[in-house]
Amino acid sequence: MANKTKLSLQNVSISYNEQVAVKNVYLKIASGKVTSLIGPSGCGKSTILRSINRMNELIPNCKLTGRILYDGQDIYDPKIDPVEVRRRIGMVFQQPNPFPKSIYENIAFGARVNGYTGNMDELVENSLKKAAVWEDCKDKLKESGYSLSGGQQQRLCIARTIAIEPDVILMDEPCSALDPISTLKIEETIHQLKKSFTIIIVTHNMQQALRVSDFTAFFNAEPTQDKLGGKIGYLVEVNSTDKIFKNPLQKETKDYISGKFG
Amino acid sequence: MNNKSYENISSQLLFNSRGKRNISNRLLTLVAGTFAVISITPLILLIAYVLIKGGSQINLDLLILEPQPPGAGVNSAGGIGNAIIGTIIITIIASLISIPIGIGAGVYLAEYSKNGSFSKAIRFGTNVLSGIPSIIAGIVIYALIVVTKVIFGSTFSGIAGGMALSIIMLPIIIKTTDEGLKLVSDDLRRGALAIGASMYTTIMRITLPHAFKSISTGIVLGVARASGETAPLIFTALFSYYHISTFQDIFYEMSSLSVLIYNFALEPYKEQNELAWAASFILVILVLILNLISRLIGNTKPS
Amino acid sequence: MKTEQKNKFSLKLRPSYEKWMDKGFKNITTVMAATVAAVLITILVVVFFESREAINQYGINFIVTSDWDPINNKYGAFTAIYGTIVSSLAALIIAIPLGLGTAIFITEDFFPEKIRFVIGLMVELLAAIPSVVLGLWAIFVMEPFIRPFFNILHNYFGWLPLFSSEAVGPGLAPAIIILSIMILPIITSIARDSIEQVPSKLKEAAYGIGATRWCAIIYITIPAAISGITGGILLALGRAMGETMAVTMIIGNSNQFSLSLFSPGYTISSLLANQFGEADSIQVSSLMYAALILMIMTLIVNVMAQWLVKKLSLKY
Ligand SMILES: Nc1ncnc2c1ncn2[C@@H]1O[C@H](COP(=O)(O)OP(=O)(O)O)[C@@H](O)[C@H]1O
Ligand SMILES: [Mg+2]
Repeated sequence: MANKTKLSLQNVSISYNEQVAVKNVYLKIASGKVTSLIGPSGCGKSTILRSINRMNELIPNCKLTGRILYDGQDIYDPKIDPVEVRRRIGMVFQQPNPFPKSIYENIAFGARVNGYTGNMDELVENSLKKAAVWEDCKDKLKESGYSLSGGQQQRLCIARTIAIEPDVILMDEPCSALDPISTLKIEETIHQLKKSFTIIIVTHNMQQALRVSDFTAFFNAEPTQDKLGGKIGYLVEVNSTDKIFKNPLQKETKDYISGKFG
Repeated sequence: MNNKSYENISSQLLFNSRGKRNISNRLLTLVAGTFAVISITPLILLIAYVLIKGGSQINLDLLILEPQPPGAGVNSAGGIGNAIIGTIIITIIASLISIPIGIGAGVYLAEYSKNGSFSKAIRFGTNVLSGIPSIIAGIVIYALIVVTKVIFGSTFSGIAGGMALSIIMLPIIIKTTDEGLKLVSDDLRRGALAIGASMYTTIMRITLPHAFKSISTGIVLGVARASGETAPLIFTALFSYYHISTFQDIFYEMSSLSVLIYNFALEPYKEQNELAWAASFILVILVLILNLISRLIGNTKPS
Repeated sequence: MKTEQKNKFSLKLRPSYEKWMDKGFKNITTVMAATVAAVLITILVVVFFESREAINQYGINFIVTSDWDPINNKYGAFTAIYGTIVSSLAALIIAIPLGLGTAIFITEDFFPEKIRFVIGLMVELLAAIPSVVLGLWAIFVMEPFIRPFFNILHNYFGWLPLFSSEAVGPGLAPAIIILSIMILPIITSIARDSIEQVPSKLKEAAYGIGATRWCAIIYITIPAAISGITGGILLALGRAMGETMAVTMIIGNSNQFSLSLFSPGYTISSLLANQFGEADSIQVSSLMYAALILMIMTLIVNVMAQWLVKKLSLKY
């Protein structure tokens, strides 16, 4: 079965302050699927994720080489506007970060920024429903986003991203700051979302990768040659989640996974 | 035996208020307390004096009338009405110049600059500018604006005074904007950018409103500072004995409370001296209120 | 789905005006930031340019002579430079112990929180009082009050050059007093900030090995906060050197050089305030020369202060 490729990373290397953080990543992301990025901490998962919608450009001294193609278009082409990229490739962060505005405005802000002309109430309701947080806040849309619990805030942030109807949603450990019940809810949300979006999720939780994703990419890190104690991350292998967890091709992957499942 | 040593220890642990250690400790505490009292004494004396001496003269005439030139021989020295208006106008001119530029520069430093050498230089320059003696701002505007008559041929003017004061306000506003914006969490910025907001929208709709409190604190402090400054005005706005009557008057000499105090303090006439005290009363009240307002803004919780 | 999306999100493809706004805004703020540099450079250039004539004419002599003779066009700023340095240093000597003592008093819990808060607030309000009001107060209240004390000093220690003249009115000494009042809040508030930034675990460690409170203050807290405190002192010095109005009103404005603190004198800024209005030709240039010297002096002090205060904020 041939999957359409949504994103393609070609020989991507990223460095901070002249120090390479991840190198030579070749990765294809299938359209309309959930791909999870796993690996030990510090191996560059977040770094790779941020580079996909050019959020890395906000970090001073962060440099990228290689190409990232989105529907065949190199998004780092000088002619490309990063804001346009982010309107199509939205992102949800590790820490919930609602705006200091009402719940309603949290959703409406992004939609307005993107020039939404439809019925705003409808959009707010639909987005909150899709993010499975409608029941929690339908009676307090005018209250501050901060009045919600952590898990609800995170789903509000997901709703905010859905509301701009992006093509791809990036999630960087969206559940790591949450309790198990909220985590489960967000996983259900992801299952719903994959019907309409391409999703890339970074997670340190194997079971979560197993539960939510169709494909899994395993990253690892090796110490640098010099004695500074730095690490360089690289992609070990990427395959269907089933294969990665049942019979990975690389021994490294197998060690990591068995160690984790221990 | 056992009992005895126990007693011994407990007596050692007793607080010995005559011990050398404790005496020197109390002495030092006393010294620090005395210094603190000495430090606030001038303020108390000064405010009391200004309030009594200046406050006793406040009446409606004084607040409205123009001052009489020294030695004019009338019973009353007139009022400080034009100086009050002048201070307000000059401060507004200074604010109109320095607030937009200051906030813009602060936004650049906090939002756009990536700690490059340009922004380092600007931050350094801001600090240097805030350390430049205020009289220098006065003589530079004098040389650039007053002497050259570049502003519609006017020489000494409220405009020139406002420009000199804006040099004083500018670094205050830049610093508070820069610092206020730096306190806004990056999470918020990222949240907005990740749903496709441009930098412009993110700054205008998310970060600037969030930093509103600290920026307005800075503006109020800047205004307070400017409204009491004298040195930048004595060669730029100079002084005037008359109320302004038309808009064009801002292109002419303009009085201000601070210059009035300076001029009239040194006059040998009692009436003029008393006007100086009255003007001090108004100025001190104004400055203290502005400072308290900035504190109140700073202490309110974000909604 | 795709067409629907295009309809509902008209800006998904950013229109050019929006991009233009975005760019334009960035450029405007950049220009505004550059304004700071422009203002600073303008100030330096104007003062230097205007003082060239005097620099050419008097050169280094300007600094070491103290004539101020508009009739024969002979100018020297020694008295004013001396007055600037002496008055600001003397003010520091008074204000450092007072400011430090107050800062310690505010940060340590000798007294209830409320009292300390009020004292801290009052010291900060002192910083807000306009300099010209302090000058007025100095002329009419402070100087007459303090003059008898100066004369007691003169009577007993008149053999010292510093106290060799009788105090009869405005002079260096009252200017020093008023300056020390004015810089006190700077020293207090920066010392206070620096002390508050000292990690409390350092102090706890000292208590842990049986240090008394003052022992901890003197041997632990102050040394840990020293670079910030020094930075604050230098900032205060810079302010004292440039302070104009209050000094002009109380220093007596005389270019006659005298070692005695009780006789009238000048500082550079009071020289400017006092003479600039009536000056022309080479006198203006001489005043600009003096202003240039003042600016260089404050610049050096301020840059050192910035450096020290910054070092502090990096440390913790
Ligand atoms: N903002 C940053 N500045 C400098 N180095 C960074 C930054 N973010 C990440 N790094 C470095 O890049 C490497 C990869 O980090 P990251 O992508 O966060 O890993 P992961 O998400 O897999 O834990 C780490 O060595 C980290 O130190
Ligand atoms: Mg990470």
